Amino acid sequence: MTLRRILPAAVGVALLALLAWGVTSLLERLASRAPETPNAPAAAAPSETPHISATLFYATPEGDALLPARREVPFADGLVAQGRQILTTQFEAPPEPYVSAIPAGTTLRAFYVTAKGDAFVDVSGIAATHPGGSLTELLTVQAIVNAVIANLPAVQRVQILVDGKEVDTIAGHVDIRRPLVRDMSLIRAKETAAQ
Amino acid sequence: MRHTVAVTAAILLLLPALFVQAQGTPPPSPLTLIAREGRRAVPTVMVSGQELIALDEVATIFQVTVAEDAPTGGVTVTYRNRTIVLSSTQPIASAGGRVVTLPAPVTRSGRRLMVPVEFLSRALGPIYDRRIELRRASRLLMVGDVTVPRVGGRIDVVGPPTRATIEISPTVPSTVTVDVGRIIVRIEADALDPAFPPGASGLIDQIRTGDQPNTVAVILDGAAGMPRTTTATADGVTRITIEVPAAGAAPAETTTTAPPPTPPTTSDPPPVIARRQFSLVAIDAGHGGDDIGVRTADGLQEKEITLDVARRLRQRLETRLGVRVIMTREDDRTLSLDERAAIANNNKADVFLSLHVNGALGPGMAGAEIYVLSLDDDGETVRRRSAAEAVALPAVNGGKRIVEVVPWNLAQAAHIDQSVSLATMLEEELRRRVPMSPRAVQRAGMRVLTAANMPAAIVEMAYLTNGDQASKARGDDFRNGVADALYEAVARFRVFADAKLPQ
Repeated sequence: MTLRRILPAAVGVALLALLAWGVTSLLERLASRAPETPNAPAAAAPSETPHISATLFYATPEGDALLPARREVPFADGLVAQGRQILTTQFEAPPEPYVSAIPAGTTLRAFYVTAKGDAFVDVSGIAATHPGGSLTELLTVQAIVNAVIANLPAVQRVQILVDGKEVDTIAGHVDIRRPLVRDMSLIRAKETAAQ
Repeated sequence: MRHTVAVTAAILLLLPALFVQAQGTPPPSPLTLIAREGRRAVPTVMVSGQELIALDEVATIFQVTVAEDAPTGGVTVTYRNRTIVLSSTQPIASAGGRVVTLPAPVTRSGRRLMVPVEFLSRALGPIYDRRIELRRASRLLMVGDVTVPRVGGRIDVVGPPTRATIEISPTVPSTVTVDVGRIIVRIEADALDPAFPPGASGLIDQIRTGDQPNTVAVILDGAAGMPRTTTATADGVTRITIEVPAAGAAPAETTTTAPPPTPPTTSDPPPVIARRQFSLVAIDAGHGGDDIGVRTADGLQEKEITLDVARRLRQRLETRLGVRVIMTREDDRTLSLDERAAIANNNKADVFLSLHVNGALGPGMAGAEIYVLSLDDDGETVRRRSAAEAVALPAVNGGKRIVEVVPWNLAQAAHIDQSVSLATMLEEELRRRVPMSPRAVQRAGMRVLTAANMPAAIVEMAYLTNGDQASKARGDDFRNGVADALYEAVARFRVFADAKLPQ
C-alpha cells in the first residue's frame, strides 16, 4: 500500500526534474549564440596570418623512414622568406605520431638561394645533439633537403652548412660537402595532413 | 621394481638421442663437390652446430693418406710429400709449415676421425695441386679450374612495369630466351651459385634455378605483357635487366649491348699493367676519440665496439688468410674521415672496410646493414670517364704503364661495381651469423667511402638503440660472429678480385 503511494510520486518528481533541465539547456544555448552579422570575418580562420600548405618530412616512430606530411606554414613574401618559414616549421616538434629527424635544439641561422637554384641551409646546434647512426643521419639530411625542394620549385639542390661553414658530415657518415638533390629513397607512403 | 622399470625405459629412450649426438645429424642440405670430372655429394654431419667431414672420406676424394699419432693424439694428413698436422686439443693445423686455424680440433666419432669442413679450404687447399674453394652458404665445394659464377637476382621496381636484375659474377657467356610466361637465362658454366629473392613481386612470380642445368628461370605473372631484357657487362659482372610491362602494353625488344669496340692498333708496344695480387686489407674502426658515435644510456659506445671487432677481424685475416692488414686506428683516437681513406690509399689497400654500429630514433630497428657509395651526377661522370682519363706513361721496360687520373674526393667512383660485389658477399656472410636489417644493402652518399681508391663498404653491425641488440653487442659471441662473417666475405672477395686480374 505504501509502495503504491510512493512510486507515482517519485516518477512525477523525476519527470519534473527532466523538464526543468531541458528548459535550462535550451535557454543557455539561445543566450550563447553569437549575433549574426553578414560582414564578420570567416570564423574558421585561427589567426590573421595567412598560411600556405607545405609538405614537410618526419620520421616514423621507429625511425626507419620519412613520412611526408601536409602542414600549415605561415605565408611569407618571397622565395627566401618562405623558405625560412618552411624550415622553421620543419625544425619544430612535429604533431603525433610523427618523430622529428632533426635534433631538438637545431636552429636556422640563414637561408639563401643562388641564381642557379642552389639553396643554402645554414643551421646551428645540429651536431651536438645528433644521436648518430648512418640511418638517422640520412633521415636528418633528407628531411632538410626534401623539405626545401618539395615546396620551392625554383630550388634544384640544397647544401647544408653548419654554423656558417661547409662541413663533411653532421655526425660522421653522410657527405654534405656539396649541394644535394632531392632523394626519395627513404620516403615511405603517401602524404597525409598533419595538424 | 617399478622404479627399476622406469629408469630402464628412460635409458632406452635416451640411447638413440645419445647415439645421434655422438654420430651427428645430417646437414639441412648436402655439400656438393664440383670438379671438371663431374660432381658428387660429400657426406658431412652436424655436431653441436659444427659441420664435420670424416677424414676417411677426405682420403677417398682427395687421394690423401691419414695417419694417427697415438702417443700425442695428433693426426697427419699427407698429400704428395706435403703434410698437414692436426692437433686433437687445439683448433689449429700446420699445413705445409703454415699454421691455420679451424673452428674445432680433430675429433673421434666411433672409429672415424672427424674434422670441420673448413679443413678442406684452409688446410688442404694450400698444399693441394688444385684450387679448393668452399662456399658453405651455397653448399658448394669447388675443386680445380671450374667456372661457378654467382648468380643473383633482385626486384628493383615492383611496378608495373616490374623491373628486375640478374647479376652473373664473374662474367661468363650467357643467352636470354623469352618464352611464354617465362624468361630463361642459359649460363655457360660448370655450375651456378644462385641467390634469388623469395616469392612474387609485381608481375614476376618467381626467380629461381631453371629446370635445365645452369639455367635461371624468371616466371612471369599471368597479367604480364611481353618483357624486355637488356644485357650489359661492366667490370667483370654481367647484368641482365628485365622489364615486364602489364599485358596490353606495347611489346619491347630484347637487346644485348655490343662489347666495347677494340681500340685501333698502333705501332706502340702494348701497355703494361702490373699483376698485383690481393694482399692488403684496410680496416677502419669507425669513430674514436672525441667522436663516440652511438651510445646507450648505460655507457656502451660505438667507438669501443668498432675497435674491438676490427682487432678480431685483423687477427683472423692475418692468421687464416695470410694477408696484411692496415688499421686506420689501433687505439681510442680522433681521426678525420679523409685521414681514414688516406691511410688505405697510401698503403694501396685492396679493400676498405669501415666498421660501425647503427642507431635509430626508435627502439624497434634491428639488424646489420651494408652501405656502398651512391654517386651523384659528378660521380657518375667520373665513373664513365675514369677509363678514358687513364694516362699511359713510359715504363722502364720500354712499354707503357697505365695511370688513372681520378679526383681525390671521387676516387671511389671507379670502384663502385666491385664495391657492390663486395657488399653482396658481406651481406651473404653476415646473414649466416647475425640478424640482418630488412634493408641489408643500401646505396648512400657516405663520406668515408668517397675518397677510398679501392672497393669499399661500410658495415653497420647492429642497432645499439635496440635493447636486445645492444645486449648482444656486449658479448663475444656477437663480436666473433661479425668478425667471422667479415673474414669469410674478404676471403671470397680475394678470390673474386684475383680472378679479375690480367693473366
